[in-house]
Amino acid sequence: MTWFLRNWPDVLFSLWEHIAISLTALIIAFALSLVIGVVAARREKLYGAVMTLSGLLYTIPTLAFLAFLIPVVGLGRTNAIITMVAFSLMILIRSVATGIREVPADIIDAARGMGMNKAQIMRRIELPLALPLIVAGLRVSAVTVISVTVVAAYVNAGGLGTLIFNGIASDHPAKIWTGALTVCLLSVIVDMGLALLERRLKNRRAA
Amino acid sequence: MLADAWNYVLTHPAQFYRALGVHVALSASALIIAALICIPAGIAVARRNGLSLAVVNVANIGRTLPSLAVLALVMPILGTGFTPALFALTLIALPPIVTHTIVGMRGVDADAVDAAIGMGMTRAALLWQVELPMAMPVIFAGLRTAAVQIISGAVLAAFIGGGGLGDFITAGIAMMAVPQLLVGAIPVALLALGTDFLFGALQRRMTPQGLRA
Amino acid sequence: MITLDRLTKSFGGSAQSAVDGLSLTINTGEICVLIGPSGCGKTTTMRMINRMVEPDSGRIEVGGRDVTKIDAVELRRSIGYVIQQVGLFPHMTIGENVATVPKMLGWDSARIAKRVDELLALVHMDPSIYRDRFPRELSGGQKQRIGVARALAADPPVMLMDEPFGAIDPITRARLQDEFLRILRELGKTIVFVTHDIDEAIRMGSRIAILRNGKVVQYDTPERILAHPADAFVEAFVGGDRSLKRLALLTAGPYVESGTPAAGAPHLPSTTPLRDALSAMLDAGVNEAGIVDAECKPLGRITLQTIQQAAAVARS
Repeated sequence: MTWFLRNWPDVLFSLWEHIAISLTALIIAFALSLVIGVVAARREKLYGAVMTLSGLLYTIPTLAFLAFLIPVVGLGRTNAIITMVAFSLMILIRSVATGIREVPADIIDAARGMGMNKAQIMRRIELPLALPLIVAGLRVSAVTVISVTVVAAYVNAGGLGTLIFNGIASDHPAKIWTGALTVCLLSVIVDMGLALLERRLKNRRAA
Repeated sequence: MLADAWNYVLTHPAQFYRALGVHVALSASALIIAALICIPAGIAVARRNGLSLAVVNVANIGRTLPSLAVLALVMPILGTGFTPALFALTLIALPPIVTHTIVGMRGVDADAVDAAIGMGMTRAALLWQVELPMAMPVIFAGLRTAAVQIISGAVLAAFIGGGGLGDFITAGIAMMAVPQLLVGAIPVALLALGTDFLFGALQRRMTPQGLRA
Repeated sequence: MITLDRLTKSFGGSAQSAVDGLSLTINTGEICVLIGPSGCGKTTTMRMINRMVEPDSGRIEVGGRDVTKIDAVELRRSIGYVIQQVGLFPHMTIGENVATVPKMLGWDSARIAKRVDELLALVHMDPSIYRDRFPRELSGGQKQRIGVARALAADPPVMLMDEPFGAIDPITRARLQDEFLRILRELGKTIVFVTHDIDEAIRMGSRIAILRNGKVVQYDTPERILAHPADAFVEAFVGGDRSLKRLALLTAGPYVESGTPAAGAPHLPSTTPLRDALSAMLDAGVNEAGIVDAECKPLGRITLQTIQQAAAVARS
């Protein structure tokens, strides 16, 4: 406890690094997934391929994935971000595509009957109605990304994992505790926040 | 690169198989222990509304905790090695199994349960002949999720001295030796994929014929 | 024989009792229909008989035995139980579903197999086709037939049926009602049947108990309830066309008089309900109808006046 009080600027810095990396990865992944997800949503074969591939890749353990990238991009932040973007993409593409597919066919039919073109339908009907599912995917991605960032500290990416690894290496329990508890807190807060958002969105769209 | 990795395995068979063995042992044990705790607990809790909700909420929080953080938190208390790693991995497996068990049990068709009680089934017969078979697909999905998560977490066990294939990866990173990296990463990836596939097949097998879509 | 004696039940926090000092006697072999508006306590009452709901006070006797003194599980195995959504076990075949109670009672497999086939044939579903199918492959009407077959499996003397045909389309429902009336009468079961449909009650019931606010308002045969409703509530409940409903219960046969019908009069079989005969006369704009037998040989005629007299007589 005393260690924390004396060193909280460092903890804060690690926290800030952690959030920065995670957020960067998430934003990139979200943008990419919107594009790919929208394209894949209504194309049967592409949808099937995307679902299978993402399911497969998601099963690969995080550290293994990071390891696979080392011969390609070496250590460091780039490696971490690529890994995080990859994992988030897998989740988000599924959420976007499935969310769009789940929009009831009769609503789309009504929209088309009113004279909306495909882009308008996507922008004003499909995406808004798919939002709860997309946010659900964001929630899982955010938690995943925070988790990956912890491990990524081992490949010199920074973040709260650094505290944990330093603590393990120097047998310094206070560091381990601080790092681990802080990242757990971060994860829980982000999850709850997005859960609240998800629920609010669902209520507004309840028929 | 791959050739080098393969070479490494051939020249260090004992080391490799031991790591593989530890990895599988850790994963399997954690899964079995977690299942033995969570499935009965989930069944017991499922009938009570308030308690179910509380347990699921706590479990959901547990799910969001980064695996490495859980492993790290265990270390100052239990030390390093196989047992602390096993403990942490079991903890990680608890949330998915218990939530799936509760959701599965609560999702059983209420009319089938009413009819069964009305026909004079004892509580035990109701559980074994109606509720469990109907909840099995969901419960098994939970086991599948947990299995993959455990194998993934077991890789990280290397950081707290738990052994397993993660050791090769950490060694490879420390020495910047790609063959060793791959010796760790490829088998573990295959292990995860294989387990997911195996559980998927088992899940299909365990779904009673009448419930298959 | 089922006796309900001053049953009371209220559900937590509610000031109004769901069942309020209800008493009823059902004779062996009768179909007793419990009917009333939503919340009148009909389903709760039925579910107290097999102790799916425990009464707060009062006694229930089935076959002379106080049900609270019998083990609930054993009691339920001796009472057939059919609910609106049927509740077939989706993971078991039709055959396994029907065999549930016999298996619990420890019958040997040969006896069970024979009984399953017997019952499937009884509800007009070919055993060789349906025995090994699964519930999800069945239509609503078929599911309900299996529900009844399952309830009959151990040959219980008493059956409880809670709106069994409620979830079925009207055409299939009429057919099922006729079929089951025949089967159940043939088997001589004592039946407690809950419904909210007065036409179904009139069709199916030996006696109808009209419930309101947890009490029995009137308990009598359909004819007498239609002829002499106990109060304004029952009168409104059975509907403004109760005379016509009564005429639907009488057939033309006994009211035939000699004589040839006038030209333009409709010709109807002797099994025609008086209500339909009246309707046919109105359609044709005449005061009488010719009645013929099964081979279409004329038996005589029936007049509007006779029908009016029939209605008046039934009223007394």
